Amino acid sequence: MPLLEIRNLTVAFDTSAGLFKAVEGIDLSIEPREVLAIVGESGSGKSVAMLAVMGLLPNTATVTADVMRFEGKDLLSMSPSQRRHIIGKDIAMIFQEPIASLNPCFTVGFQLTETLAEHTELNARERHERALELLRLVGIPDPELRMGSYPHQMSGGQCQRVMIAIAISCNPKLLIADEPTTALDVTIQKQILDLLMRLQAEHGMGLIMITHDMGVVAETADRVVVQYKGRKMEEADVLSLFESPQSAYTKALLSSLPENATGARLSTVAEYMAEVERQEAEAARIAGEVL
Amino acid sequence: MADIVLETRNITRDYVSGGGLFTPQRVVHALKGIDLTLERGKTLAVVGESGCGKSTLARIITMIDAPTSGELIIDGEKVDIAHHGVSKELRRKVQIVFQNPYGSLNPRQKIGDVLAEPLLLNTAMPAAERRDRAMQMLLKVGLQPEHFNRYPHMFSGGQRQRIAIARALMLNPSFLVLDEPVSALDLSVQAQILNLLKDLQDEFNLTYVFISHDLSVVRYIADEVMVMYYGEVVERGSRDEVFANPQHPYTKTLFAATPRADVDHIKARLARKASVEA
Repeated sequence: MPLLEIRNLTVAFDTSAGLFKAVEGIDLSIEPREVLAIVGESGSGKSVAMLAVMGLLPNTATVTADVMRFEGKDLLSMSPSQRRHIIGKDIAMIFQEPIASLNPCFTVGFQLTETLAEHTELNARERHERALELLRLVGIPDPELRMGSYPHQMSGGQCQRVMIAIAISCNPKLLIADEPTTALDVTIQKQILDLLMRLQAEHGMGLIMITHDMGVVAETADRVVVQYKGRKMEEADVLSLFESPQSAYTKALLSSLPENATGARLSTVAEYMAEVERQEAEAARIAGEVL
Repeated sequence: MADIVLETRNITRDYVSGGGLFTPQRVVHALKGIDLTLERGKTLAVVGESGCGKSTLARIITMIDAPTSGELIIDGEKVDIAHHGVSKELRRKVQIVFQNPYGSLNPRQKIGDVLAEPLLLNTAMPAAERRDRAMQMLLKVGLQPEHFNRYPHMFSGGQRQRIAIARALMLNPSFLVLDEPVSALDLSVQAQILNLLKDLQDEFNLTYVFISHDLSVVRYIADEVMVMYYGEVVERGSRDEVFANPQHPYTKTLFAATPRADVDHIKARLARKASVEA
């Protein structure tokens, strides 16, 4: 049974210019212990789809889906309180801006134990112990001292480690990481990715990586979903995606990587898509002449 | 003789903080003696992580801040802004493009006015000519005439970065400092901006100081690479030298940490994973 199964997910926003569909008919499923990457540019609806799973969208959004199940339980029909038992406990999420997603008014220790108080039966002392253990697990030096620190006293990389510690505090079955390293330096990015992959393997979590960085995809994913303008363009295992991309958009995306530059110019997605359309029109014209 | 546009000799910059009646001052040495020379028409990439002093260096060579010690030489002329200030002529010679195109454009100013303002401030050009020049530059960076009277919020991130580049080029600068110009942009838009920068460089023989932490971008655009670490230059050389044979341990760490999107690399990772699971 898949861990998370989504079929025909559509998210529409009510705007002054009418209904805007950010996600249109996305199918997605992830198995236990699998690492799935969702790739796309900004505006491709990759974050919105996952926020819909978490139930974190504002009420201007309309979420519809044929199926949205977590471990066989239907997320759409359950009551908000039932859903809150799953969100934060079995499904956890970390966000792009680590410093902005921690509450600046509370200590790291408080924010860590808050989740534990909500979802577990541990008493205050056990919660404190567990929080220390988590900080050690994510590689924060001097955890005793850090429990009393505020987010602004720590670096971006350390804040992201704390976010990860909060997310994994209740041993989630599925972790959704929304651009977890975009705001970080390459060397710190490497550490955070290594940490995520280690935790994923040790705890047997499913992991969904939302990213626009093909390098991060290549370093982490088992399977990849490519999204463009709210639609799924391609789904493949990581090796076939890089070896033989099927959709025109994926090919365009890969050829615009600076390391794949051939000659002096980078090909851009817009140019590539225009070329594809031109060729298709040409083919149609020739087909018409033959007939 | 090579045409040297920018030269720095042993530039240092200290930031002093704290220091009350009973507490000692704290001094941060942001730059510890930077030497560089840059030829006309070339691109120098400055690489390093946050806190290594690359933005401090950018502020010094754009004459926003004065160095604590050392010499800054622009177009063969010694510059000392701490004691003599900066002339309009010098301001014209050095321009900068910032990382975040959402923050660097005035939301209340139309694009045409954004582009004409450098001319208004620095030259005695009549209004009609300023407008013409602004329009020419707008077309040059790949935007349309109808964009002239629009406001920044009507543009996407990539278009705004084009506007920022156009504004920097209005005064025919000797060199352009690009402070992480593509880090905030999507992959496909990033490719367009990099192409634009290369085209403009070919056309106007521009000189770039390209500040970045993204090695794949640096490899694409740079002629020379300078790696900084804690305020010091740990490695410098031509792009091919540095990428083919990095010498300093920090440069090697940086290369190792950069995610790679090639098939062999993925195969190796999957094989490693399979062997761990077996």
